[in-house]
Amino acid sequence: MIPELGHFALACAVALAFAQGVVGIFGPGLRDARALHAAPVLTLSHFAAISLAFLALVWAGVVSDFTVENIADFSSSAVPLIYRITGVWGNHDGSILLWCLILSLCGSAVAVFGGGLPASLRSRVLGVLGLVSGGFLLFTLTVSDPFARLWPPPLEGAGVNPILQDPGLAFHPPVLYTGYVGFSVAFAFAIAALIEGRIDAAWGRWVRPWALLSWCFLTAGIALGSWWSYYTLGWGGYWFWDPVENAALLPWLTGTALLHCAIVVEKRESLKAWTVLLAIATFSLSLSGTFLVRSGILNSVHSFAAAPDQGLFILALLGLTIGGSLLLFAIRAPVLAATGIYAPISRESALVLNNIFLCAIAAVVFTGTLYPPFANLLFGIQLSVGAPFYNQTVLPLTAPIILAMGAGPLLAWKRADLLPALQRLWLAGAAALLVFLVLSATRHVIAALGLAGGAWVVIAALTDLAGRVRLFRVPLANSAARFFTLPRGTIGAAMGHIGFGVSVLGIAGMTLAVQKVVVLQPGQSTELGGYTWTLQDIHDAPGPNYSQRVADITVDGLTLHPSRRFFAAQHVITNDAAIHTNGFQDIYAVFADEPASGGAELRLNRHPMAPEIWFGGLIMALGGFVSLSDRRLRVGAPSRRRKPEGAVA
Amino acid sequence: MSPWRRRLLFGIPLALAVAGGEGFYTILRRMQANNYDPHALPSPLIGKRPPAFSLPGVAGMQGFANTDIAAPRQPMLVNWFASWCVPCLQEAPMLAKLAASELAIWGIAYEDDPQALAQFLAQNGNPYQRLAADADGTTAINWGVYGVPETYFIDKTGIVRWRYAGALTDDVVDSVLNPLLTKYA
Repeated sequence: MIPELGHFALACAVALAFAQGVVGIFGPGLRDARALHAAPVLTLSHFAAISLAFLALVWAGVVSDFTVENIADFSSSAVPLIYRITGVWGNHDGSILLWCLILSLCGSAVAVFGGGLPASLRSRVLGVLGLVSGGFLLFTLTVSDPFARLWPPPLEGAGVNPILQDPGLAFHPPVLYTGYVGFSVAFAFAIAALIEGRIDAAWGRWVRPWALLSWCFLTAGIALGSWWSYYTLGWGGYWFWDPVENAALLPWLTGTALLHCAIVVEKRESLKAWTVLLAIATFSLSLSGTFLVRSGILNSVHSFAAAPDQGLFILALLGLTIGGSLLLFAIRAPVLAATGIYAPISRESALVLNNIFLCAIAAVVFTGTLYPPFANLLFGIQLSVGAPFYNQTVLPLTAPIILAMGAGPLLAWKRADLLPALQRLWLAGAAALLVFLVLSATRHVIAALGLAGGAWVVIAALTDLAGRVRLFRVPLANSAARFFTLPRGTIGAAMGHIGFGVSVLGIAGMTLAVQKVVVLQPGQSTELGGYTWTLQDIHDAPGPNYSQRVADITVDGLTLHPSRRFFAAQHVITNDAAIHTNGFQDIYAVFADEPASGGAELRLNRHPMAPEIWFGGLIMALGGFVSLSDRRLRVGAPSRRRKPEGAVA
Repeated sequence: MSPWRRRLLFGIPLALAVAGGEGFYTILRRMQANNYDPHALPSPLIGKRPPAFSLPGVAGMQGFANTDIAAPRQPMLVNWFASWCVPCLQEAPMLAKLAASELAIWGIAYEDDPQALAQFLAQNGNPYQRLAADADGTTAINWGVYGVPETYFIDKTGIVRWRYAGALTDDVVDSVLNPLLTKYA
């Protein structure tokens, strides 16, 4: 009964979403107040309907209703409650429903918080969101129904894939999807602006908080996913250049570019068409990333099984969304005129430079990801593009970004002098040089360059903040007071840059990692990375729906407990890595196997700076939120200006 | 910039998206028609002779070495399988049919237990003219076998012309194997 309710709610959601789309886009043209204000109501009811459907699916998962095929295939009553819930979105059909839920949540946020927007713009934004949502809901309802029944039901479900039975999975997909889908709002603003044919500073001010919010979630989602693979998969890697990872990285790159150039639209009314294109590109990449990896075209460790006919449906949706928006762009964007002009050395130019390099990286990653299937299609050759390609192409493009990132925020708008800005950065430059010289003498050059670059970015951002609070030039208490009166946006931007620098430090540090695979008998020890690793004991330990063998390893007084987990239902063994971190270094041990000769095969790693990779991501996302707390006030600004006019029709 | 060049420039993203969409459409259509597999890994043995090996017989049958298949009189199949593998069980009727059509099939049992293997053959019939055991899986690694069942087509000069991973189906036999047999007859 409950699944049927969910299915019915889903069908209602499709109807409401299309109604929202049609009324939202064409309503403002009718010169009728009711039509103009219908879209927000439709958006909220559309959200309510999807929520109901999603809750119904979660309910089926919680009570282990195996007459629902999706639950029978991907859940089981032996799985702990939390994973019966998260398992609902750990598979193809359920994850698309989650995706639609978040999309409608974004629409509702515009409906609720968009009171300050001109009514026609809000209506059109909601309309675009409604059409996108309707298309994908139709996909869910027709070819990828999560409520499909199975009769007779099996006595027990197949269970959650053991790798996915992890707290990381509870958070990673929803956060990442919020990031992906959040860019739909920036996209909808871009399309609505193209329909209305008008983009001004106010438009930039409205778009930026939405883009920033989704960027925060995307950053956090990618960092979570990378962290999850680091501790779950047990190979000690954090980034694989896998198509699905690239699919998340691409919108992050263009989204970062979008964030930066929306500032230019807001402050200087320049780069309008480019900003619109970036908004379209970011959401298009989010869409194609989410869906093309499920079509089976791209080879990936994230195996979502999907049939090619689902792929064709998805491709048609993508074609309509992406093709339609780019067609609109080709027709309407050429008339968007820039009004602000600026000198080659200026904040604007620095932001343009940032955009060029970010988009160049995105282009490289895009090419690398799509080259294998297209090479197969065009030339009939099988190949795979892996880490060496990306390392050789992405690293040289990141270097100028790192250099420019330090100086950019110190430059003035319109026209600036590079020399004084660089003079203010002497400390950052000296520190970077010192790091490079010290490290390049003993270690390899790439790591030294990376660490120097990270230090440069972090110290340059701190210098910028120090300059603004006049640190050491006025009394310390005075500086502190100034700090708290700084615009939150400034602090957030500096945090974003610091976070990026910290991540760069972590990634560079990881190149100095040392690893060793050894077979130890209990009592034996080995040396690695200046530590003595001793295998004390191997013993059994019970788990909820698995049994496990645990190895006790002592490393200079610390004890690690890596384990091998046997999931009887799926005949799968997972390696649960044991990681000890002190904030600047990870000691990482994996219990890989128990050889027939006895003892334990262990993979031991020392990862210098590894935690900084994810700390950096966290700082970046937090910086975004800090900046957002400032924007909230600014978003309200247009509505205050509008009130005296009494123009809300 | 002239208005027309500006318009052209703004149309570039659309053109790129259309080209990409067209490519994906072709790929998906070919996947549906089953003549495009983006996940296929080509065997490193195609166009070459199998690497040196010599495996003992099992279940009372004669084993073989690479020299025995260096120049077969007729094109033949080498089939990797195991009694513990479910797709191999599904494949057994097809192999029996092929063996009945006078096609030489030599088998290699991958990491298998002799007793379980004998039982498997007793239950499902024995399509193999010779049957070798790769007990420790070393030969499989040298061949680049990534799972059982896997079938290799070897022509009269002992060169591997085709490798198929997974159970042979009517579709595969009709669309690939039979044309190969005609071509290399």
